[in-house]
Amino acid sequence: MPPILKVKKMEKNVALEVRNLVKYFPIKLGFFKSLFTKEVPYVHAVDGVNFNIRQGEIFGLVGESGCGKTTTGRCLVRLVEPTEGEVVFEGRDLLSLSLEHEVRKLRRKMQIIFQDPYESLNPRMSIYDIISEPLRIQKVAENEKEIAERVSQALEDLDLVPPEEFLYRFPHELSGGQRQRVAIARAFVLRPEFLVADEPVSMLDASIRSEVLKLLLGLQKKFHTSFLYITHDIALSRHMCDRIAVMYLGKIVEKASTDDLIGKPLHPYTQALIAAVPVPDPTARRIEIVIKGEVPSAINPPPGCRFHTRCPHAMDVCRNKEPPLVQVENNRLVACHLYGTKGSKRRKS
Amino acid sequence: MDLLKVENLRMYYNTIRGNVKAVDDVSFTVSTRESLGLAGESGCGKTSAALSVMRLLPSNGRIVDGAITLDGDDITKMGDKEIRQKIRWKRISMIFQGAMNALHPTYTIGHQIAEAMLEHEAINKKEALGRAGKLLEVVGIESQKTNRYPHELSGGMKQRVVTAMALACNPDLVIADEPTTALDVIVQAQVLRVMKELQSRLDLSWILITHDLSMIAETCTNAAIMYAGKIVEYGDVVPMFKEPLHPYTQKLILAFPSVIGPKMELSSIHGFPPDLLNPPKGCRFHPRCPQAMDICRTNDPPFVKSSKDQYVACHLY
Repeated sequence: MPPILKVKKMEKNVALEVRNLVKYFPIKLGFFKSLFTKEVPYVHAVDGVNFNIRQGEIFGLVGESGCGKTTTGRCLVRLVEPTEGEVVFEGRDLLSLSLEHEVRKLRRKMQIIFQDPYESLNPRMSIYDIISEPLRIQKVAENEKEIAERVSQALEDLDLVPPEEFLYRFPHELSGGQRQRVAIARAFVLRPEFLVADEPVSMLDASIRSEVLKLLLGLQKKFHTSFLYITHDIALSRHMCDRIAVMYLGKIVEKASTDDLIGKPLHPYTQALIAAVPVPDPTARRIEIVIKGEVPSAINPPPGCRFHTRCPHAMDVCRNKEPPLVQVENNRLVACHLYGTKGSKRRKS
Repeated sequence: MDLLKVENLRMYYNTIRGNVKAVDDVSFTVSTRESLGLAGESGCGKTSAALSVMRLLPSNGRIVDGAITLDGDDITKMGDKEIRQKIRWKRISMIFQGAMNALHPTYTIGHQIAEAMLEHEAINKKEALGRAGKLLEVVGIESQKTNRYPHELSGGMKQRVVTAMALACNPDLVIADEPTTALDVIVQAQVLRVMKELQSRLDLSWILITHDLSMIAETCTNAAIMYAGKIVEYGDVVPMFKEPLHPYTQKLILAFPSVIGPKMELSSIHGFPPDLLNPPKGCRFHPRCPQAMDICRTNDPPFVKSSKDQYVACHLY
């Protein structure tokens, strides 16, 4: 290990820790506007996010479009350079690595699956080339024979059998579900310890979706991979994740175990999100929570609690003071002024 | 009384490789104030069925067989001019998939809503704009906003604008093709609430086309499940979701995770939907069906009425 790297303290059983992650994207102004604007406006995509992912755990990041969940995921594997913060993996701050080969070394252990299998696979590469590329870049295989074996194994792991039938095909010859399985095979061929899955099934039809999810869960168990599962679908996250963090406009508003979060959501936003999800049961009678409007702009996020503009419980304090993410019950964190810090609930009458 | 009756509709696309049987022997009815959900995976023919009803097929698509009757008049027999003058938009209108992104960027939304009225009715522009304002109110947007441009509106607002557009000429039936797929769940719930309200307020009938069965469970009274160009199950939503009959429906419902009730394992259907150029013989679902029998491989199952207003096309019944 080079001397510039300090070993960071981490809790036991934690695979990856994110501390105060911030990502602001500057907005490009036109020539004239830039002459008269003193401060460059920023999109506050991720604004101080903290969480850790335990070993072998599937951690869900849930939120609506534009809440910063994808940016967070990409910051973790350094596809996007964060503005501030630390990502501690194996005792090292990933963001302090400046040397290309250091980053590359860690990438061997962390991979990402993208949302759209129609865009994430190079159309001019055969399936064999696509899946073997990570092995070649990382130089983990001894010889061509080992590469071939590992590629075939990866295809078999994803139920693309017999592998010979797929090896020399091109992405356009495969269906959406098959393509996404190739993308997953590419991510798993290096046996990563940590994986970011960014909406891996949102482009797939329902009947195919669950099969891909099953394969993903099977591989996760087999290799004991830690997962960051990013999705907009809270019903799906209930099925996949061990713990869930709900994001709204760049901040985590609630974090809890899946059963607690879905069974008894605390933050008004989480409550609204769950109430809005349609359920496959026409006789279900559920509480209706009417939330007006849409997510405000992340360029000028509202002061105080960012949800106050749409919150049915908004109080005066919400408009001025930003609620911190505090522990309210065992292992439950929520950022809302309705809840006190000592586990007691202060609800507006 | 049945408002729309589709009987044994067959709609094929001519391609270089042969006829794609996008809709193959499909029958359903929509009565007044009913909302029918048309569900299925991509490529199962749900949009093609809707486009046949609108008579808006692309040049290589044609209705081969069957009848589509609206209040007793057969639409398939009408000429283009008659359809345009009497049926399209005046009786049946449609919210196209992705329509909210197809709004014209340099015309105000009021102008775009009024355009349909000016085309179909003998009114002047001022009256039409006034009515456009009222329609915006109906879908929950202030009427002053008629002079706004699409870029000034959010996704949910634009979806409401195209809904208002579909209502421009007081239709009896509105076909909504994936009206909320591009929207976030909270906004989706808002738009669906507006659609449900309109149904009782304006005596509307809806056909909701979606791949999301949970949306149908929440908003529709009847549902038709399509697979590879055919309806496999049809009927009231309550028995269909409580006791689905067709193996495909059973599997598909269980493929949708729910936020309520006990956590269940998601079911998956092995394999892929068939190529409609050469659909499999017999029941089209048999290569993927866990309960497939010998007869399924050779004979196409007829559409039979089971108990409780449910229809199913499966050899098990």
